[in-house]
Amino acid sequence: MSAPTNGTAATDGETILDVKNLEVLFPIRRGFLIERTTGHVRAVDNVSFNIKPGETLGLVGESGCGKTTTGRAVLQLQKPTGGHVYFKGQDLTTASGDDLRHLRQKMQIVFQDPFASLDPRMTVGSIIGEPLEIHGHMSAKEREEKVRELLRIVGLNPYFVNRYPHEFSGGQRQRIGVARALVLDPEFIVCDEPVSALDVSIQAQLINLLEELQDRFGLTYLFIAHDLAVVRHISNRVAVMYVGKMVELADRNSLYEMPLHPYTKALLSAVPVPDPKIEKKRQRIIMQGDVPNPANPPSGCRFHTRCPYAKPDCSETEPPLEEVQPGHYVACFYWKDILERAPNPLAVAS
Amino acid sequence: MRSSEALLEIRNLRTEFPTREGIVHAVNGVTFKVMPGEAVGLVGESGCGKSITALSTINLVPNPGRIVEGEVLFDGQDLLKLTNDQIRKIRGNDVSMIFQDPMTSLNPVLTILQQLTEPLLLHKGMDMAAAEKRSVELMEMVEIPAAQARIRDYPHQFSGGMRQRVMIAMSLACQPKLGICDEPTTALDVTIQAQILDLLNRLRHDLDMAIIMITHDLGIVAGLCDRINVMYAGYIIERADAEELFANPQHPYTLGLLRSIPRVDQARQTKLVPIEGFPPDLVKIGGSCPFQPRCVYAVDKCVQQNPQLMRVGEDHSVACWVDVYGGGIRE
Repeated sequence: MSAPTNGTAATDGETILDVKNLEVLFPIRRGFLIERTTGHVRAVDNVSFNIKPGETLGLVGESGCGKTTTGRAVLQLQKPTGGHVYFKGQDLTTASGDDLRHLRQKMQIVFQDPFASLDPRMTVGSIIGEPLEIHGHMSAKEREEKVRELLRIVGLNPYFVNRYPHEFSGGQRQRIGVARALVLDPEFIVCDEPVSALDVSIQAQLINLLEELQDRFGLTYLFIAHDLAVVRHISNRVAVMYVGKMVELADRNSLYEMPLHPYTKALLSAVPVPDPKIEKKRQRIIMQGDVPNPANPPSGCRFHTRCPYAKPDCSETEPPLEEVQPGHYVACFYWKDILERAPNPLAVAS
Repeated sequence: MRSSEALLEIRNLRTEFPTREGIVHAVNGVTFKVMPGEAVGLVGESGCGKSITALSTINLVPNPGRIVEGEVLFDGQDLLKLTNDQIRKIRGNDVSMIFQDPMTSLNPVLTILQQLTEPLLLHKGMDMAAAEKRSVELMEMVEIPAAQARIRDYPHQFSGGMRQRVMIAMSLACQPKLGICDEPTTALDVTIQAQILDLLNRLRHDLDMAIIMITHDLGIVAGLCDRINVMYAGYIIERADAEELFANPQHPYTLGLLRSIPRVDQARQTKLVPIEGFPPDLVKIGGSCPFQPRCVYAVDKCVQQNPQLMRVGEDHSVACWVDVYGGGIRE
């Protein structure tokens, strides 16, 4: 890929994570015995961003937009097919296995599904303690003490250490997942839809826990979610992805108060608001059609097939992600015109 | 009397599931009405009994569940007293259901045509040619592009949103008076959800169909419903006109829910206020208010006696002893 580096390379201060032109292609294979690659799913296509220490970057988009793959590729759980990921200055994409294992202590992940991400045959103690065993710098006794301490930190009774995952509710299991991510004292955690499997009253408990842990341990989060309200609450900056591309990146308030990309506008206008008076007055942008197939993405701007403002050249040239206001990046040729015609999808005439 | 006009009236419905651990009290004396053309929301978290209430309505409680008490009057007729043959004439005909998961609710080995025509052949006695014509019309009504060309496709050839449109088309086939929607958009992306909700809202006005909307999402009922029932542990704990409920929530659980969800249209003010603790074990409830162990307003009376729904305003009832705004105790 010779696309221009239009990412958000560090301009002010240091960054903990720098992602440059990240690309993940999944081959589509056809044939039996003699397999051949007939194409690629462009799951993540030339995505660049950075995260500052102590910050939470929200990553939103609809299913299949590549947000989870981005998170996994950042941690090298999925080998990127192109681009670079720098963690504290070190390029993870070229790091050796040993180096990577060492660096992984500082980068952890909390998975979406609290039922599938915990081994049902392991006790809570061994689930949380396993990373300590692998990176082996503690005696069994110290390990157990550490596990108990972590259970306390995530709001569970240390007495639960010998229980099995099935004895816990979804919210409690997600706390166990958080404890496992914390056990090696990481600096950076990818939270991949950590609350979407939970009930609303339990979601708030977990969101507050993640925030408390961030304050207490100075953690940096990449917070992947499809719930735009949760992301608004927890993030400092928010990135929006659409069919493998990053289409907008801005600090939280500008993104929600003055979104510039027509996809972000449509996304925000689609979220129902728990207030019937506002709901009645809102002007919804109802997008036509479905998300395009990432194996065969539309030419030019990938959003042009569903964009209510698309012009002929949108289907020919791909708009680069450009900084149009300080810290506000958008990949749309006509964001200015659109801003005049359709200001804020969340504003309601009072 | 309003009650005489109600399309659906559920009275004191109780549904239980006998299990090895004891009897799970899934629905505990639920009473509510649906007027013709009205959209009524049943809101609550998983395990609150909202889906079982809906399934009980059309006598489709999964094994080993059983309806132990109550009446479900639809057009004046108690659906729970009907024989299997009689209720089959109502299901999919006057009362239809739209389920959560469009991937598993459609039969993968039958074409869309075969599935869409089934209720028409069965309930309306149409011949195949008429049923096919009507099926194409239904597909167009739910805005599936190239309906004629796609009607012989199989479910896997459609996207999630399109499959949910097929489900809606199927449920509309016999022009039902009541559509029960059980989390119809939970499996869908937010932009597709907006399309489906928009479609449901339009169809209900065009076809004058009443809707029971079952969801955990307070935003969805705010946009769609006229009246809302909030459920907790198998009880309706608050019921009000939609605007009234959001403007003036009375039950500590409803208040807690509204405080614990971040809103996309509001800048962050403070930390979220979660409801501490967990929902109760449905084997062990009864006697005291089911929300009392998690409730910050609880008083002694809440432990001694489980409150029934009490009127607190026009079209607003709440099952709580404590007046959370005034501070008094209700009698």
